[in-house]
Amino acid sequence: MQKQLIKYVQRLGDNALILGQRLGEWCGHGPVLEQDIALTNIALDTLGQARLYFQYVAELKGENQTEDDVAFLREEREYTNLLLLEQKNKDWAYTLVRQFLFDVFSFHNLKGLLESSDSTLKAIAARAIKEVKYHKKFSSEWMIRLGDGTDVSHKKVQTALNDLWIFTGEMFKPTEDEDLIAKMGIGTSCEEIQPLWDLEVNEILAEATLQRPDDTFMRYGGKKGQHSELMGFILADLQYMQRTYPGLQW
Amino acid sequence: MTISNDIDNIKLLLRTVKDPEIPVLSLDDMGIIRDVKSNKDQVIIDVCPTYNGCPAIDVIPGLIKQTLHDAGYKNVQVNQVLSPAWTSDWISQEGREKLKAYGIAPPLENCATDDELFSDIQAVACPLCGSEDTKCISKFGSTPCKAQYKCNTCQEPFEYFKCH
Repeated sequence: MQKQLIKYVQRLGDNALILGQRLGEWCGHGPVLEQDIALTNIALDTLGQARLYFQYVAELKGENQTEDDVAFLREEREYTNLLLLEQKNKDWAYTLVRQFLFDVFSFHNLKGLLESSDSTLKAIAARAIKEVKYHKKFSSEWMIRLGDGTDVSHKKVQTALNDLWIFTGEMFKPTEDEDLIAKMGIGTSCEEIQPLWDLEVNEILAEATLQRPDDTFMRYGGKKGQHSELMGFILADLQYMQRTYPGLQW
Repeated sequence: MTISNDIDNIKLLLRTVKDPEIPVLSLDDMGIIRDVKSNKDQVIIDVCPTYNGCPAIDVIPGLIKQTLHDAGYKNVQVNQVLSPAWTSDWISQEGREKLKAYGIAPPLENCATDDELFSDIQAVACPLCGSEDTKCISKFGSTPCKAQYKCNTCQEPFEYFKCH
């Protein structure tokens, strides 16, 4: 059971870490100052959440592991974040759609974790949901503003939505460890989150005058460590310092 | 010195430790000091961080230790406690007044649990002229805990400490 719990918590951390890393790439490059500050602030929140999950993973693993070992010293196949979160920033529309699709999922996931029988997970969720709720407000507002905006903004956000949609199915397909952890009352059931996610996403898309893409084909793999070619580049950037100067400390 | 006096003394000292990002507030004003324990050899302080990614998280234990060390407490342990989660409702009344005087609008109270996506939050009053005719110009600001507002009456931009 310990093994599955580690996998489960580590995945929560990986999602937060990789999204934060992607958002951090915007630092100094945002379309306008407010959006630059917003994205880096969201990155800071997710990085903080990743730290809490990894501190817990390190504690569960024992053997003098630290949060830094978990964050920086694993191989690509050992990271189990959603494929959605490793997708490129591309432009403001892609970054925003990725954020929105994940924020809604993350919010309902954390809401479920507030009832976790694991006191540490429960405590982390109570802290993280405050931040994620705020991110969700931000990304939902922007979906509506762009979707129901000009012809150009509508087209850009619809294109991003169509392209990223194939990565949404993965959120709701449980892995074996997720199944077990959910049955034990520690984790959430992602199948139960799907209707809540559908309801909220549909509502925002309708208000944004955006078309919900068809669920014809979905890509899976990230949750099992099978990543797209993008992941290696992210890790090269993320792990550079620890790989070059092993054991480096601030 | 009795133990209870000792704890009172430590609490007084903690009131002099300022938040590294908002130096008009003490850690006590912020409501992040959750418990202070003391025995013969050791002082143990429980601290609840505000935002998860706030850079001050790693600075605050050092500031606490330094202040207490200078006052003669050599063995100080600072623990991070996660539960219950910090809320801006824990900022003291005194702290709210200090924020306002510093030019930051204090957080609205009791709205941190609001789940509504686009609820009409109460007006944020301008800390400079007191007008409630203000507008949010950016949901995020210079630190994780603040947003940017503008006053439509005196035209001044100001920071708002977000309700969390």
